[in-house]
Amino acid sequence: MIETAPETLLSIKELRTCFPTRAGLVTAVDGVSLDVRAGECLGVVGESGSGKSVTFSSVIGLVRRPGYIAGGSVTFRGRELTALSPAELRAVRGREIAMTMQDALTALNPALTIEEQIVEVLLAHAVDLPRAGRKAEARRRAVDMLRLVGIASPETRIGDYPHQFSGGMRQRIMIAIALACRPMLLIADEPTTALDVTIQAQVLELIADLRRQLGMSVVLITHDLGVVAEYADRLAVMYAGQVVETGPTRAVLDSPRHPYTRGLLGSIPRLSDLDAPIRPIEGQAPELVSAGEGCRFASRCPMAVGACYARIDLVDVGPGRAARCIRALETAA
Amino acid sequence: MKASAVAYRLLQLVPVLLGVSVIVFLMMWLTPGDPVEVMLAGQQATAEQAASLRHDMGLDQPPLQRFAVFLGNALTGNFGLSFFHRRPVADVIAERLPATIELTLAALVIALLIAIPLGVVAAVKRGSLFDRLATVGSLFGVSLPGFWFGILLLIPFSVNLKLLPVSGRSSLSCEVAPITHLLVLDSLLRGQLACAGEALRFLTLPAITLALPTAAVLMRVMRASMLEVLRSDYVAFAEAKGLSPRRVLLRHALKNALAPTVTVAAIETGSLLGGNMVVETVFGWPGLGRLVVESIFVRNYPLVQAAVLLYAVTYVLLNFAADILYTRLNPKVEL
Repeated sequence: MIETAPETLLSIKELRTCFPTRAGLVTAVDGVSLDVRAGECLGVVGESGSGKSVTFSSVIGLVRRPGYIAGGSVTFRGRELTALSPAELRAVRGREIAMTMQDALTALNPALTIEEQIVEVLLAHAVDLPRAGRKAEARRRAVDMLRLVGIASPETRIGDYPHQFSGGMRQRIMIAIALACRPMLLIADEPTTALDVTIQAQVLELIADLRRQLGMSVVLITHDLGVVAEYADRLAVMYAGQVVETGPTRAVLDSPRHPYTRGLLGSIPRLSDLDAPIRPIEGQAPELVSAGEGCRFASRCPMAVGACYARIDLVDVGPGRAARCIRALETAA
Repeated sequence: MKASAVAYRLLQLVPVLLGVSVIVFLMMWLTPGDPVEVMLAGQQATAEQAASLRHDMGLDQPPLQRFAVFLGNALTGNFGLSFFHRRPVADVIAERLPATIELTLAALVIALLIAIPLGVVAAVKRGSLFDRLATVGSLFGVSLPGFWFGILLLIPFSVNLKLLPVSGRSSLSCEVAPITHLLVLDSLLRGQLACAGEALRFLTLPAITLALPTAAVLMRVMRASMLEVLRSDYVAFAEAKGLSPRRVLLRHALKNALAPTVTVAAIETGSLLGGNMVVETVFGWPGLGRLVVESIFVRNYPLVQAAVLLYAVTYVLLNFAADILYTRLNPKVEL
């Protein structure tokens, strides 16, 4: 059997995003390199402040002021996104790369009906809408989209306001808006964090379903390793603004090579072995203002040695795998 | 909106009006001075004539009884005779009210026209020179007293350049048959464009003077609520949808940021009524504010009492209007 390498859809290289603060310049994203292939689901895991969300807001050029992209490149289907004009970037956003936010309650505009919020994105991008009856056609597609994400009687509910829906329904509506123009890439930023556990699974199944139906790629940003284990083909673990480990999900979770990944796995309670102790990672993530050259996890790492405080790059640790640890190979289980 | 909510609001008027009546009555009673003395000043009146006048006006009765009579009459819509005009208070007020309404509406429109664009631009260009100038300007607007600012406007525009009239509401040459009693509007409705222009010339300076402090307050509210909205997730999501900056700003941000501003504007209209007293006096505007000031000076009790009650009712109704407007702009809130 001949394996053809799937086409790379999005390629992030050495991305750096900085925020000037009173305490100094914070490099929230520090030399991140990631690839998203066509049709795959990439899980991006890390704790709050690890730079996972900022990385992908940088991709679509939506870093909150006063933050800015300080270096690196973002290539999407062969186009350099960081070199695009604001208008060119707007044409990509929502049409080719869509994003959903953590909490649909705050991401949907409380003063506008669902219809307006979904139709406007179609009108902004869908060049294939007929000239005559553009709005009617956009509305028809909006209703279809709502039906696709599982909103009951979408023809009537499309006129409602966000607060008239339940949390899970709002999340579905946000997904419908994001996918209205059939983007090639969906960035789902913590899609389940704001939801009840029972609803979480429904929303994730919906995203997985739509990914298959629409043939799109998904970047699943989450701090929940369980979510990643279930839905992601590949996995990137971020810590303090850097990618510390990447690889196929199963391989990384089965034999993590970076001590931080191991720490994350160790701090999850397991239903299969309730007596197994939960081992939290000691200490706290470093202040990014003072982050130096060396391994950012070193101060919390049980395996740290003197050499860890010098510059450390990602090293190959297996087929399609890399880890930012000088002792990655010796810890291979 | 539910009928019960409306009924509840109207019911709230009762204690407010009762309280206001007591306070106004007490203040007038405690203020030194005697309307009879003022009326008879300079005339050679005997003590009996004074006593008979006092009896006519009911001023020889004990205060509590006077209050009871006032309250009883007020309930039937009778506010008594104005001491000086010798006509029903209600008539005198009705005659002066349109001028005040016209001035207040004009000031409100000017205030909103200044405040909303300035507040939006200041928020969008936060920290810029424009933002700083607007903030300092609004500080001036709030702190400068209206009468001083009015005179400051009068000197260049009316006295030196003679562009705008110094005082009054209309020139004698313009006679417009009343419809709404608002001169500018009536002139337009009757097609008397020259008179509309004339009325506008009279209206301009007092309306600007009255509008500026309100514009300053509203601009700050607009800027603050716009800043908050611009930080919100739904604005970020709107940007992630690839909408034009114009649509993000006007459709997503402004609609939400307007709710607090419009609410404050409705309430601020109440303070415009208060500001009227000063501005109408400075510009010789024949409205209710000036009438009340004059009436206080001559201890014209019935008129002051009725006017203050009217102010109180208006204030409560404006608050009610603010609530309704807020629900219109924010579908989440129900009365």
